[in-house]
Amino acid sequence: MLSYDLVIVGGGPAGMAAAVSAHDNGTENILIIERDDSLGGILRQCIHNGFGLHRFGEELTGPEYAARYRKMVMERNIPFVCNTMVLSIEDTDNGKVVTAMNSDRGVFTLDAQAIVLAMGCRERPRGALNIPGTRPAGIYTAGTAQRYVNIKGMMPGKNIVILGSGDIGLIMARRMTLEGANVKAVCELMPYSGGLNRNIVQCLKDFNIPLLLSHTVAQIHGNERVTGVTIAEVDEKFRVIPEKSQYIECDTLLLSCGLLPENELTQAAGIDLDMITGGASVNQNRQTSKNGIFSAGNVLHVHDLVDYVSEEAELAGRSASEYIKRGAVDKKIVKTVSVGKAGGIRYTVPQRIDIYDENDDVKVYFRVGAVMNDVTLTVKADGEVVSGQKKRKMAPGEMEYAVVKKAVLDTMPDAIDIEIVK
Amino acid sequence: MIFDVAVIGGGVVGGLTARELTRYKLSVIILEKADDVAGGASRANSAIVHGGFDPLPGTLKAKLNAKGTAMMAKLAEELDVHYRNNGSMVLAFGDEQDEKVRELYDRGIKNGIPGLSVISGDEARRLEPALSDTVTSALLCTSSGIVCPYDLNIAAVGNAMDNGAQLKCNFEVTDIKSVGDHYVITNGQERVEARYIVNAAGLYCDTIAAMLGDKYTITAKKGEYMLFDRSEGDMVDRTIFQVPTKAGKGILITPTVDGNLLIGPTSEKTDKDDCSTTLDGLDLTKATALKSSGKLNFRKIITSFCGLRSACEESEDFIIRMSDNSPRCLELIGIDSPGLSSSPAIALYAVELLSEAGLVLERNEEFVPTRVSARRFEKLSADEKNAIIAKDPAFGHLVCRCETITEGEILQAIRQNPPARSLDAVKRRTRAGMGRCQGGFCSPFVTELIAKELGIPETDVTKFGGNSKLLVGKTK
Repeated sequence: MLSYDLVIVGGGPAGMAAAVSAHDNGTENILIIERDDSLGGILRQCIHNGFGLHRFGEELTGPEYAARYRKMVMERNIPFVCNTMVLSIEDTDNGKVVTAMNSDRGVFTLDAQAIVLAMGCRERPRGALNIPGTRPAGIYTAGTAQRYVNIKGMMPGKNIVILGSGDIGLIMARRMTLEGANVKAVCELMPYSGGLNRNIVQCLKDFNIPLLLSHTVAQIHGNERVTGVTIAEVDEKFRVIPEKSQYIECDTLLLSCGLLPENELTQAAGIDLDMITGGASVNQNRQTSKNGIFSAGNVLHVHDLVDYVSEEAELAGRSASEYIKRGAVDKKIVKTVSVGKAGGIRYTVPQRIDIYDENDDVKVYFRVGAVMNDVTLTVKADGEVVSGQKKRKMAPGEMEYAVVKKAVLDTMPDAIDIEIVK
Repeated sequence: MIFDVAVIGGGVVGGLTARELTRYKLSVIILEKADDVAGGASRANSAIVHGGFDPLPGTLKAKLNAKGTAMMAKLAEELDVHYRNNGSMVLAFGDEQDEKVRELYDRGIKNGIPGLSVISGDEARRLEPALSDTVTSALLCTSSGIVCPYDLNIAAVGNAMDNGAQLKCNFEVTDIKSVGDHYVITNGQERVEARYIVNAAGLYCDTIAAMLGDKYTITAKKGEYMLFDRSEGDMVDRTIFQVPTKAGKGILITPTVDGNLLIGPTSEKTDKDDCSTTLDGLDLTKATALKSSGKLNFRKIITSFCGLRSACEESEDFIIRMSDNSPRCLELIGIDSPGLSSSPAIALYAVELLSEAGLVLERNEEFVPTRVSARRFEKLSADEKNAIIAKDPAFGHLVCRCETITEGEILQAIRQNPPARSLDAVKRRTRAGMGRCQGGFCSPFVTELIAKELGIPETDVTKFGGNSKLLVGKTK
């Protein structure tokens, strides 16, 4: 059986960044396993710009951003294998075993001291949304449409309605318009958009595409190909208001209704998941409930910006490298506290903080459940406010963070809470 | 050429009847109006092999259900189709329904159904811990099972073709004329000639019967379903029915042979071409299923769909008889529930009636009853997989990650009988696109494989034939 210090599942932005960072921390016996035919992940089809402002201080397209990391992987001669699917991960008494399959080697197993999970996420499909109506051709998730247009050069439709104002939906509204399609409306079930503000401006407003908030698709029409959709306003319980519905003729319905971390492998390995994020539950080093198995990027929680994915994956790669250097054992933990959340915070990553003899600052990322204005973001240790920060606006579409200072952790608190106060 | 038998309708009954006919030295053709077989009632139903306690004693339904269910395990093995003898329960909620459970038990005994017993609510919950506290008693049936209906249908047609039957898709019969010793069947453009006809046209069997001079009225009854992720598939082990009441037949909860969980169906009269789900139907399905178990996790629904049953106005029972006005035509009318369970027995009975009507049956010594399905790679051991990948590397390339389906299986589905020519046809044969992402990742790749194999541009690949094209053209 082949033996590696570190196996990274997924060669997208998270997997590549984790590999580079582990390598730079002294771990060289690495293998990246990628299911697609080259490294880059979903960035390969994101040909729009806006990537890299934080990470590289300049605006790059998705493929350019991916190419930068791919170059770093190549420069370091980090081994990777494409067209290969990981089938299972096992954490046995004798170490970690990864089972994978490809055309060259068939089904094969690898030994690993540590693993970074970087499988990314998938889109919520029509079925999961339970939109009533027929089941014709012409219903795609925005990402599938993006693959058809940007990778294959094919048009999935000409007259388009988009349900959901997630970032991919907004980007595709502009992309389809530029390709000559008529995007008739973007409907959003919530009273606010889940996408980044810059995308609403640059992808919808600049092209006069209406964004209909508190609206949904009530019915899909057409027997063979989509012929139209009935859209309707919804009440505060998200129920369709029949009197406020209208028929829109179209041949395509694109769905951008949320991303779901792909954690089937994680779950099957017996790793604890966070029900809200759909990703693993981790400590500040992005270590899951199993020692030596780390998780980063959209498989852990859905990010707005790839720059944050890279940052998180670098942390996970560095942590994995340190774990390996310690001889595949965890650092001595003084105590573990779970991060409390209050005042409208939906989730935090990390979910727990391991406190050591010597600590570092910990950035706790989170999302809010609704739009909030003029609030204070506070960090509490043992019930006492230790820091506060005024926030003019927070929205579910934008990931936020609070910093728990080293000095706070060094006092060995029994409770850490992140709270939003009006 | 003049075929010995033309089977109109490529559903599960038509497919199994054609297969049964290929046991004899007969030329057989299946005429299907859609682009693929298994497009009607055989595509979307509860996928249950019923115990057979429900039909009234003495009816054809009672007789053929009991016989068909008893045949299913062996048939499924021959055709490499997933079948599981998981058993079922009919739940009662309260005194009145307890009485109804005992009636069903008595009826089952009269129908000769093995493995029936009446159990208490506590016993039911012991066997199925997810059941609601309000269950007061249940009819337990150990002889019933679950099967994948389109898998059975496709395998039946495929095996019939392997044994010499022909399949003509996109052939919607518009007229039938008797010409001396045979019939001329046409779709308006092409003609097919056959000495005997089997009318297995499901929802449209009345239209075909009218061409044969017989009058029946078929109405469509819509049933809406919801399918849950495989993570929910072991919530119940058995198929859980509810006692039928005046308010409705109840909603079942069942595992599927592929490991998902299914709830449904509603039952509402509709048009024959109305396969749409409705907000009310889906809400009713949820609310009624919750009565049986509060453990349903609706966040795990991956799709909802609608099936149409063909209810005959003239009779609640199946009508299976030679036509009064076209003596060499066999009518299979009103094959609604338990049609799938009865289908193996209906096929045998059909051949028997055709023989009585003069069809000469001479054994086909070359008949091979077995078929290997395109969808079984995942279940193999690593060594078995490696032996196959060594011969054909396409089996090492995973295309559908949710259901772990390889390129090899997809190519097999496109190449073997009956050949898949659309995205849905590949999906039904392999399950590629049937998982939690519903084809989001694999459909562009499957589209590419179909186009390559059939030698057509990708823009001509359809979801299910006709005008259901997936792409409208190239980008600028």
